[in-house]
Amino acid sequence: MELVGLYHYWVFAGLLMIGFYAVVAKPNLVKKLVGLSLFQAAVFLLYITMGKVEGAMAPIFMAGIEEQLYSSPLPQVLILTAIVVGISTTALGLGIVIRIKEEYGTIEEHEIHQIDHP
Amino acid sequence: MIDISEHLPALQVVVPMLSAGMVMLLRPRGLAWAAATAVSIFAFAIAIALTLTVLEVERQTYLMGSWAAPYGIELAVDAFSALLLLIVTGASSLALLVGYRSLDAEIETERQPFFYAAWLLALSGLAGILVTADAFNIFVFMEISSLAGYVLVAGGPDRRALTAVFKYLIMGTIGATFYLIGVGLIYLMTGTLNLADMEIRLQDVADIKPILVAAGFITVGLALKAAVFPLHIWLPNAYTFAPNMVTVFLAACATKVAIYILLRFNFFVFQPNLAGHDLQFGYFLMPLAVLGILIASAVAMFESNLKRLLAWSSVAQIGYIILGASLVSLAGLSAGILHMFNHALAKGALFLTVACLGLSVARLDLNGIAGIGRQMPWTMTAFVLAGLSLIGIPGTAGFVSKWYLISAAAAYGTVGIALVAVIVISSLMAVVYIWRVVQSAYFGTPQDATTLPREASSVLLIGVWAATLANFYFGLAPALPIELSGSAAALLLEHMP
Repeated sequence: MELVGLYHYWVFAGLLMIGFYAVVAKPNLVKKLVGLSLFQAAVFLLYITMGKVEGAMAPIFMAGIEEQLYSSPLPQVLILTAIVVGISTTALGLGIVIRIKEEYGTIEEHEIHQIDHP
Repeated sequence: MIDISEHLPALQVVVPMLSAGMVMLLRPRGLAWAAATAVSIFAFAIAIALTLTVLEVERQTYLMGSWAAPYGIELAVDAFSALLLLIVTGASSLALLVGYRSLDAEIETERQPFFYAAWLLALSGLAGILVTADAFNIFVFMEISSLAGYVLVAGGPDRRALTAVFKYLIMGTIGATFYLIGVGLIYLMTGTLNLADMEIRLQDVADIKPILVAAGFITVGLALKAAVFPLHIWLPNAYTFAPNMVTVFLAACATKVAIYILLRFNFFVFQPNLAGHDLQFGYFLMPLAVLGILIASAVAMFESNLKRLLAWSSVAQIGYIILGASLVSLAGLSAGILHMFNHALAKGALFLTVACLGLSVARLDLNGIAGIGRQMPWTMTAFVLAGLSLIGIPGTAGFVSKWYLISAAAAYGTVGIALVAVIVISSLMAVVYIWRVVQSAYFGTPQDATTLPREASSVLLIGVWAATLANFYFGLAPALPIELSGSAAALLLEHMP
């Protein structure tokens, strides 16, 4: 079954949409950031999935073992960078939320809107 | 003695990035500013040197750590990237050089070293996008420049800067993640991240569907970053509430660098490999560009906050650039790329005058500046002259690119006539919104006659006038930007079947 065999990609698409929904629909700024992190994490899964070779082992060279099949390490390295970017974005986002809470006293989007547009 | 000229593409990124960490440690007041300014001017000098090289040899490449492409990371500078490097480093240097007073007034003293470090990181990220030839590298640099850009915008004195920057962060991250999905799909099908290699390997890809999806993700994601209508909603507030000098810097370059990647991907990577891509690209972006030009200009006509008025005008100007590109012709692309340069000049000068006003006026709206033309004649004269360039009066830089755009549109056939009409109508709208500012400044009566605003400092005025006169210089002698944008457009179209 091809559809079941590609389940990684279904997980990717599902997580992506859940994250995106949270970003768009949730009025709470922290929940928006949670959604954003989920959205990014889904993309990490896409990359890691594509590096996996069926029946292959981790790409570690060992003495005595030759002609082994290895998974591609490059997507994982790339995603390590993307994870760092994701963490920085979340950290900065949370920092801004803290400042918003200090200034406005709330982190609900509609309440902030009301304060700005009385 | 090592010859550093071959290392310039790498130094363009490395110098501001490494200096950022050191600038953060400079505590005495003003020292961080001085260091950041020196670094930015140095980066500008590198950009000029690279431009001169590119005019001779067409393309300067650099192998990071001497690892051969496509396995190592390759840096490549051609006419297109050189033109944008000039805009980015030039805008940053001018804004820093003349903006000390303005930034000092808006940023708390103990936070200034961090602010200038973020500025240099933004500069280094933007330059990195322009020099690299690696798709994933572009993503990383895009995020470096964006994250630093969020910090810069959040430095604004008004608390609404925070909500504006939060929206900017959410939308910017979604745009960058869309780009990352697109790059992932291409990597999945080709196994490469080097742009030139990608183009060659895509020819052997049998199943073209993932590439189509990738083209969609990359185009939409970058359109978000570039604030192409209707994905522009983060831009007006972010520009309005950012510190005045940050607006000068970001308005001149942040969105244009996103357009740069958009064009590079679509014309270098997708164009030779997807059948009918030029038509899809044109049909998708042209309506958005036209709507953006008309709607954003219309909103600007009714806006009373000075910075938001200019920000909406920026959305319209992005429309012009995209419109030129969506014609997919040599004339159209050169006009679009030329407009990137000329709009940066005009908008940079206008936002600099706004920064001057910001130092002496309490509220930057049409009522707040009523009658200011008499107290600040130098500033307002510069505003009028730069405004003329934005409108596109003959003799100014804005006229040159609009003229090219109109002639490119006129060659497009029947639709082209409608496009010419759109450009003319929106230029008339620009006359209206610039006139409203002029009317208020020269013929309005000041509301508060007790405190007379004084002319801004001479350093700031010199900067304003340098930018304004550059509009006229490049309006009367436009050879250099025309040559660069012409060869950039030729490079982009090289891969057309």
